[in-house]
Amino acid sequence: MHAVLLAGAVPLFLGALLSDIAYAATYEIQWSNFASWLIAGGLVPGILALLFAAIELFRADRSGWRPRVHVLLLLASCVLGFINALIHARDAWAVMPGGLVLSIIVAALACAATWTGFSTLRARGAV
Amino acid sequence: MSRTHQLAVAALITVFCACSGKGSDPDAPQVGPDPVLPEPRRGLLPTMTIAEPAPWGDRQPLVPEGYTVVAIANDLKIPRQTLVLPNGDILVAEGRGGNAPALKPKDVIAGYIKSKGTTAVESGNRLTLLRDGNGDGSYEEQSVFAENLDAPYGLALVDDALYVANQDALVRFDYRDGQVRASGPPAKVTDLPSAINHHWTKALAAGPDGRFLYVGIGSNSNITERGMVAEVDRAMVWEVNARTGAHRPYATGLRNPTALSIQPETGLLWAVVNERDEIGPNLVPDYLTSVQEGGFYGWPYSYWGQNVDQRVRPQDPQKVASAIVPDYSLGSHVAALGLDFSTPAMGNDFADGVFVGEHGSWNRAEPVGYKVIFIPFRNGRPSGPPIDFVTGFFGEDGKTRGRPVGVTVDPRGALIVADDLSNTVWRVVRRN
Repeated sequence: MHAVLLAGAVPLFLGALLSDIAYAATYEIQWSNFASWLIAGGLVPGILALLFAAIELFRADRSGWRPRVHVLLLLASCVLGFINALIHARDAWAVMPGGLVLSIIVAALACAATWTGFSTLRARGAV
Repeated sequence: MSRTHQLAVAALITVFCACSGKGSDPDAPQVGPDPVLPEPRRGLLPTMTIAEPAPWGDRQPLVPEGYTVVAIANDLKIPRQTLVLPNGDILVAEGRGGNAPALKPKDVIAGYIKSKGTTAVESGNRLTLLRDGNGDGSYEEQSVFAENLDAPYGLALVDDALYVANQDALVRFDYRDGQVRASGPPAKVTDLPSAINHHWTKALAAGPDGRFLYVGIGSNSNITERGMVAEVDRAMVWEVNARTGAHRPYATGLRNPTALSIQPETGLLWAVVNERDEIGPNLVPDYLTSVQEGGFYGWPYSYWGQNVDQRVRPQDPQKVASAIVPDYSLGSHVAALGLDFSTPAMGNDFADGVFVGEHGSWNRAEPVGYKVIFIPFRNGRPSGPPIDFVTGFFGEDGKTRGRPVGVTVDPRGALIVADDLSNTVWRVVRRN
């Protein structure tokens, strides 16, 4: 389940980034609407995965630095993702450039969080 | 509204205000021909303060010394604009329009919060006629003149033709003096832009000779966030041939021209216009202006002349260069929705000028508007600061009891004020 949630957040945040790039390139507002929903959508599995990861961190079997880094990366992507959602609530071009910059950071953080998460899960034989 | 409901709203609003940077709105002299315009700014969340609605109870709106106010109709279904007929009867347009889908998560949340500051009554979609049969000022007769309309708003009478601007079409009823009910369904003069109706109100005024009608059509967004395509035929005043329905843009770049009125002595068209939100408590001033034929007033590219709005892409420097500076600032976010020229019968202090109904703000920590003001004129132009004429809609206890919309001067010497929160029509007259 944790893996499904982790895998779910990445394409949504990545989709938001691509939509932002498309809006910046075309001024076509629908891309910005897509980005808004994709960010909101990415936050749902992202925050749930954060809960899973945090609970697992406090359970036994915490070996190495990976689980902790995983939680921190996930936390950072959720917090910045939420701020990004608020910035995307601005009207029209007021989303830019902050929204695009945050979308890049959040997508990168989500990828990194998922990578560390999967290697943690694999190390424990969960995947 | 249930108790839990109220708490949830209060909590939401608190969160919104706490997160949006400065909670206080520094006073800026923003009324008159030359308002101070601060730099645009916006926190992570737009500032939203929706004053909690409350019943009037024993209270009444406040009017100047020597005047008195009475409610001449209660329990209406969202009264917006009124029209005083030649025999003294009053027509009231009732309804709520709008047809704009939520495009972003933000639209869903903001729509919910704003709805807390408006009435829960369902849209009347009708015209109600009020009659004071014995002339005692009590308007004891009330009847439905026409129903099954689509969010009627602007009203105008030209001889025996009564024009009603629905949110989707301009229509005409036959009217003869003393009539209390329409003789049949209306005839359509022309369709009005309504595929999307973000700012749905269609203001209406008849030109001096009655050949042309002027229809105010609001923008389909705050600042183009529904895309430029949604703004075709929006944010402008149409001139409509009353006989044929043929129409053309008369003036453009007027974000939301919510009330139109013809100046009696000059025949000039005047408008109150609601300007854009979400760039600060003191931006952008709503305004009163004479409307120049062929004039461009800035929206969406710029405001108050050449102040470019960076939220708009692509920009249009040529349009910005041509933008006209409006005549008179009413202050930011006051939401002017009513306009009418006064007459000497209103008394010496209020003989020459306009009355403006201000629905009141949402995009501001400290609410503004929520009153009817009088702007004195001299030689056909605004000549001084506004004077409060009807207040008390927003109480000192922080509760809102009414929100003024349309204001209409009865030539016999009365001001008719439609209040779409308490669903009341108020009448202000000089005390004998």
